[in-house]
Amino acid sequence: MAVGTKYEYMEHTADARFRAYGENLEEAFEHAAEAMFNVMIDTSDIPCKFCLPIEVEAHDLEMLLVEWLSELLYVFEVDCIVLSSFSVSSIKQKDEIYSLKATACGDKIDLNKHEFETEVKAVTYNNLCIEESEGNVMVQVTLDI
Amino acid sequence: MAQTTDLTTKLEKIDDDIWELPVSCRDGMRVPGRIFLSEALLGNLENEAIEQVANVATLPGIQKYSMAMPDAHVGYGFPIGGVAAFDEEEGVISPGGVGFDINCGVRLVRSSLQKEDVVPHLDQLLNGLFDAVPSGLGSKSKIRVSEGELDEIFVAGSQWAVEHGYGVKADIEHCEGNGRIEGSLPDQISKKAVKRGRPQLGTLGSGNHFLELQCVDEIYDEETAKAFGLEKGQITFMIHCGSRGAGHQVCTDHLKVLMSAAKKYGIQLPDRQLACAPAQSKEAQEYFGAMAAAANYAWTNRQVIMHQSREIFEKVFNMDQDELGLDLVYDVAHNVAKLEKHEIDGKTKRVYVHRKGATRAFPAGHKDVAKAYRDVGQPVLIPGSMGTPSYVLCGNKTGMNISFGSACHGAGRVMSRSHAKKSFSGEDIRMQLEDRGILVKAAHPSVIAEEAPEVYKSSSEVVDVVHRVGIARKVAKLLPLGVVKG
Repeated sequence: MAVGTKYEYMEHTADARFRAYGENLEEAFEHAAEAMFNVMIDTSDIPCKFCLPIEVEAHDLEMLLVEWLSELLYVFEVDCIVLSSFSVSSIKQKDEIYSLKATACGDKIDLNKHEFETEVKAVTYNNLCIEESEGNVMVQVTLDI
Repeated sequence: MAQTTDLTTKLEKIDDDIWELPVSCRDGMRVPGRIFLSEALLGNLENEAIEQVANVATLPGIQKYSMAMPDAHVGYGFPIGGVAAFDEEEGVISPGGVGFDINCGVRLVRSSLQKEDVVPHLDQLLNGLFDAVPSGLGSKSKIRVSEGELDEIFVAGSQWAVEHGYGVKADIEHCEGNGRIEGSLPDQISKKAVKRGRPQLGTLGSGNHFLELQCVDEIYDEETAKAFGLEKGQITFMIHCGSRGAGHQVCTDHLKVLMSAAKKYGIQLPDRQLACAPAQSKEAQEYFGAMAAAANYAWTNRQVIMHQSREIFEKVFNMDQDELGLDLVYDVAHNVAKLEKHEIDGKTKRVYVHRKGATRAFPAGHKDVAKAYRDVGQPVLIPGSMGTPSYVLCGNKTGMNISFGSACHGAGRVMSRSHAKKSFSGEDIRMQLEDRGILVKAAHPSVIAEEAPEVYKSSSEVVDVVHRVGIARKVAKLLPLGVVKG
């Protein structure tokens, strides 16, 4: 992996698997969201016209990652906003509950403008992992497409 | 992280096309794995897919074998092409054995048209279908059902569509289970799933979903083909899609609950995607009810799409659907769990059969086979990949003992989508297919590259294994003429 790589796609026969990296959990989760949306569309030209606050909770970190990405897919589909920029302000643990606060930004879907590729159906728990070391976090996710 | 033991070397050949993964090769396996593959197909099977067969074999109450069909490839939780039956009392129910696209399935419509009637109108027909059936990411349905109507759809399935003018009564009788699963619990469907489901009824989705115009190229079994209303040279029409966002959300929601439930009931999970609970627990039954609701949505979806498509045929040929003979041959689910009766060790048992990328293939005489086909057996619809043949098979009695009456569901991928996009240009593929007389319409060329014929196993080889093993017999081969890609 090259220094500064935000995410990379792994070989997977039917679905899409990626690893996303960051200096901390927040950054790795942001890059995971970018990786997921770039399966569907090249997000580099999508402006931040609409910003949405996102808050999710879960019983452990892995579930929190799935919750976060699933929530973004839901917003994409129901609010018809293609998301391109993500800012995770905090990931916290209190007692048995992990919580995440973030902002996700993007533009309204316009089929005349946006060339979509394959739809991401859902975020799976298959071979899901989060590896944390000092100043280095890697998350691996498999998407159902 | 995935274990790296090479399980391919552990496979023992039981018979031609039948391989066994012994219980000894992995801790916790309760039954052996059984994989139906020719020597030629064996080379394509990923180690991770075999691991997934082993993982399923560890789940409580599994009966006989953890099975994989000849189109098997790596999935999440179960392998794609995975089949497993769990005891009604001592077994489990797992969304990992159904998948996110609940009741993704296939329906086949026959016609009185011949190839020469259609070829001059092929372009017009495909354009009409492409406009009438919203396809691809971000497309919205012209129909917007109310929350109340959605609840009715979740319970009634295909019947709702027919009662609301999307089809005829005979359509219902020509669907697996009359186009519905009983025991639907709409109150187990979240607000999110409802929100996703409302604007998507009658939409195709994307990925490997398609509409396809085909021509019957070969008949293998005259008598059964006659019962299915199929003859050489005839035009058929195939629809492949599922429960859309509603189904995806149902799976996402209930996975979370079943993850906690697995912990509560002390079930060891080799892959969290196999989250499950004892079949009679509240959590498992609530998932089953929600899954049934999503399955019923999928049947309604395919029924609405068929209705929209029939209207296009009527417009293009200026004939009504009766004159065009646009009758539904059959509709099968290939991502679903069902409570069925099977003979196991000489006893009749009720089991939850999970088919993840596998098709029910019941034989002649079975009470669950549509009346019209009860003398011959259930039509088993196996779509090929884009540009390759699809097949119609028929369930055999021997299949009940071999695989709980289950067959393959398609060709099965061998190349990743990203690899396909790097290797092929969508436009090149479209032109190559056009040279062979096959037209393709898609929202974007890259979705054509992802589904290029080369990224799949040979559908013919896959179907031949099912035929030779005795699960189901070949009835007819269908060649594509035109495809609308989701």
